[in-house]
Amino acid sequence: MSRTTLDLWVGIFVAAGFAALVFLAVKVGSYSGSSGPTYAVSAEFDNIGGLKVRAPVKSAGVVVGRVGGIGFDEKTFRAVVRLDLDGQFEFPADTSASILTSGLLGEQYIGLDAGGDETNLKDGDKLQITQSAVVLEKLIGQFLFNKAAETPATAK
Amino acid sequence: MNAFGELLRKIGALTIDGIWRLGFASRFFVAVLRYSGQSFRRLPLTIREIYFSGVLSLLIILVSGLFVGMVLGLQGYDILQRFGSSDALGIMVALSLLRELGPVVAGLLFASRAGSAVTAEIGLMKTTEQLQAMDMMAVNPVARVVAPRFWGGVISMPLLAAMFSAMGIFGGWLIGVVAIGVDDGAFWSQMSASVDFRYDVVNGVVKSFVFGVAVSLIAVFEGYDCQPTAEGVSRAITRTVVSSALVILALDFVLTSFMFRGL
Repeated sequence: MSRTTLDLWVGIFVAAGFAALVFLAVKVGSYSGSSGPTYAVSAEFDNIGGLKVRAPVKSAGVVVGRVGGIGFDEKTFRAVVRLDLDGQFEFPADTSASILTSGLLGEQYIGLDAGGDETNLKDGDKLQITQSAVVLEKLIGQFLFNKAAETPATAK
Repeated sequence: MNAFGELLRKIGALTIDGIWRLGFASRFFVAVLRYSGQSFRRLPLTIREIYFSGVLSLLIILVSGLFVGMVLGLQGYDILQRFGSSDALGIMVALSLLRELGPVVAGLLFASRAGSAVTAEIGLMKTTEQLQAMDMMAVNPVARVVAPRFWGGVISMPLLAAMFSAMGIFGGWLIGVVAIGVDDGAFWSQMSASVDFRYDVVNGVVKSFVFGVAVSLIAVFEGYDCQPTAEGVSRAITRTVVSSALVILALDFVLTSFMFRGL
């Protein structure tokens, strides 16, 4: 095989390999979404349920950041969640965070509801209004408790 | 008592032999890296090896990728539709290919297609005393023969694994969307929403690069180290395929436990 055909085939091979990589990066992976500067805000929750690091942070259903870290405050006995928000999105300082579940069996994520404050959240701020994850066992327990409480009333 | 002593002596000999080979392989690896500069100065040699290990492996890699992806499409749909979440088929196909099947299956195919050929070539060169002849002519056989084959494999492997994954995703799309009728938009949008570039794609490429280094090193080492007889060459080829497969699977476990711990 002559040198030029060999070079041509190797060139085609390498180009196809990089084309496959670009395809995987752009079409399959969300390359554009994961770059760019972020700023971190924290939020305290009574219970985070099954929230994981790198879970999405959504506002109005749009992914605006990721969960950067989960810690435990020894003084208040609450979970401290660090949110890495995308730098291009700004939120009012009184934005509230709640832990939600996508679908019945889906993963848990943090939903942000924008408030009406004039000033915006800065790096290192803390979200004041939070709503914990709904724990199914507690919900069922509450339901049974209510049921038991109302039974004598209907029996009369 | 004598038979027992003989047994102990055999175990000792096997252990010493194994450690000696491991040390020899490590020193060989260092030698290959040291003479890589010399072989890169004659780039056509490496390009020729990329042709033999990369381009000629394309067909088997692409066809296998297509079939693996199509099987993933069928099986994934069958499992996911039980939970009423067949829209997540794209996620399942893409993640299983990018994280595991792409690098591992491409690595196994690469070892048996290209690794065995490299071992056979170098082994036969040693058997017919071509390597010694080169040494006599003051041509370093590691720089002239071994290093280009090593780098050809290292460069080809990540590209082949990426093409395998891309082809597999195409196969999954073909079965899931075109044949079964999963929604096209859901397939792609759910896939790109949950496949992360750094976490999934880059880690897959790192895996395939590590496998490429391991398989290429085993292939050139077994060829260089073989008994210079017809039987020795055939044994070396068998050892290349077997130990490449074992090393790929073991390394895959180690890398996966470092990369994807579920955090």
